[in-house]
Amino acid sequence: MLETTLFYIFSFVAIVSAILVITQRNVVHSAIFLAATLLAVAGIFLTLHAEFLAGVQVIVYVGGILVLFVFVIMLIALNRTEVERQFNRQWTLAAITAAVLVAEFAYVIFRGKETFPLPSATAAAPAIAVTGNSQLVGVSLYTNYLLPFEIASILLLVAIVGAVVLSKKKTAED
Amino acid sequence: MGQFFKLADLGAIAPELELILWGMGILIADLIIKDKKKLGIVAIVGLFVSGIFLFRLNGVEATAYGGLLVIDQFANFFKLIFLVAATLAIAISMKYLDIERENHGEYYALILFATMGMMFMAGAVDLVTMYISLETMAIATYVLVGFLRSSQRSNEASLKYFLLGAFSSGILLYGMSLLYGISGSTRFIDIAEALSRRPLNDPISLMAMITLSAGMFFKIAAVPFHQWTPDAYEGAPTSITAYMSVAVKAASFAMMVRVFMVAIYPMRPHWVAIMAAVSVMTMTVGNIAAITQSNIKRLLAYSSISHAGYVLIGLIAGNQTGLIAVAIYLLIYTFTNLGAWAVVVALKRRDVIGEHIDEMSGLFFKNPVAAILMLIFLLSLAGIPPTAGFIGKFYLFASAIETGHNTLAVIAVLNAAISIYFYLRIVVAMFMREPNEKTELTYSPALLTVLAVAFIVTMFIGIYPDPFISMARLAIPAGF
Repeated sequence: MLETTLFYIFSFVAIVSAILVITQRNVVHSAIFLAATLLAVAGIFLTLHAEFLAGVQVIVYVGGILVLFVFVIMLIALNRTEVERQFNRQWTLAAITAAVLVAEFAYVIFRGKETFPLPSATAAAPAIAVTGNSQLVGVSLYTNYLLPFEIASILLLVAIVGAVVLSKKKTAED
Repeated sequence: MGQFFKLADLGAIAPELELILWGMGILIADLIIKDKKKLGIVAIVGLFVSGIFLFRLNGVEATAYGGLLVIDQFANFFKLIFLVAATLAIAISMKYLDIERENHGEYYALILFATMGMMFMAGAVDLVTMYISLETMAIATYVLVGFLRSSQRSNEASLKYFLLGAFSSGILLYGMSLLYGISGSTRFIDIAEALSRRPLNDPISLMAMITLSAGMFFKIAAVPFHQWTPDAYEGAPTSITAYMSVAVKAASFAMMVRVFMVAIYPMRPHWVAIMAAVSVMTMTVGNIAAITQSNIKRLLAYSSISHAGYVLIGLIAGNQTGLIAVAIYLLIYTFTNLGAWAVVVALKRRDVIGEHIDEMSGLFFKNPVAAILMLIFLLSLAGIPPTAGFIGKFYLFASAIETGHNTLAVIAVLNAAISIYFYLRIVVAMFMREPNEKTELTYSPALLTVLAVAFIVTMFIGIYPDPFISMARLAIPAGF
């Protein structure tokens, strides 16, 4: 019961702050609400007994990526975004599409509930408690999912090289 | 935990491994070598070495990494397409990058990494492996699209492609997470097994299938997920546009065949209906929009959209002929389309954009060989015999008729007829109009080689397709 209540609280916070991220004109406010969203998602991970994932979520997303966002915001001209109008004026269309999608998903979940028996989170908990959450993640990364784990390292290399290429200044020899 | 990793697994991924090491080598050599064209040649050598490793896996049927990856003729066939496309794309890049004053070693390394991602995509039979490989390819491509840093168009193209690509990946992941929830596994076989135990009209399976398909359709630029294509193709360096239009598309199709024909095969009655609608829209919108274009890059972008629509017919048919058609069509398309793009690249000179249709005016009188080659590539794209394009379209349409999709076949033929009109517009400009001072070509030996190879293969497959068809037949065993 407590877990269900917590889930609803975290989800509500996540959704409301996600909406605020995209509606706030002030970029700093958006960034703060993004932090709220990410923390709420970390909370959902906790209720699912994925403690390691929750920790990673806080450290990497809130601690790392969001701080980078704030740095970038500090470095660019902030006031321009507040003065300039948003160039796409498709709020109504977007709202209608989103509403249709939400209705569709809600219908699917209610209709499909009986064919989609969710194991209760408490049932899975004892097995994890024995070995430890982060150990399980580590073992599965280095055994079952070794190949994607290794490809991900190349993915990161590509991302680093790409970031350097795109941001490098033109030198005289070019 | 050693049972999951065996040393033999490294042998199974030798072609990809070699590309990774070679790509890193190029990044390091970039610091020492000042003449960046040499790095292009090094990259081509790397692709050839990878091809040798691939050849040694010819005929091998194995799984590696505990069933995350398979080595089979299907994967090998597509890996060959990627290697060929990357080689030809690098060959047309070297001069082009010099003209744009953006010749850097990272360019070639990124192409190798993207090719590596594609090769893993063709072999992946697991959602996580497939997704990570897909993103490796996609991120490398985003950067390559924006490689002309001083060009606003290139930056805009890259940003658009990146934002929409990230968005579509989100939708794709949503579908994947539902499939994982249904089956409790990321392996395609387990997913298919779990789906077949559920009722056909199960809402959650349907949701998973629809979101997964939407993500996939974005990757192949099918209508209505095609809006990014003309902008990205126009703004990207022309050599990268050429690479994207063949290799990225072929990789996405290889992935789609595995996902649709294995993982969500139990949902086939549903996805065939969606795919048929998407295929018709893609062919029609692509061809009709291409008619009004006056920029050659945009015109070929719309043409590539419509070609994705044709290839979908093979998946809709879903029988052996259909899948052979997908494989052979993509192989032919690689050579033909890269040939056509090579001519467009040749039009590029310093400070001249070289992509308006007027700049092709009277090409025949100034450079008859280039004009005739372009004519052959365009005829092949339109699917007129005796070029290779005819063989590809023939197999695709035959597979549709074999499986009783007659309406689809008729619409596809009508679309092929429309496409002749806009391909001939370029031909009319080249052969019937007076040459203006703009029509000029810059060649390099590498570019000439690409033109020659593309020409020979296009004509060879058109006249004597048997060896290539039996190759595709080996790649697609009956009852895939």
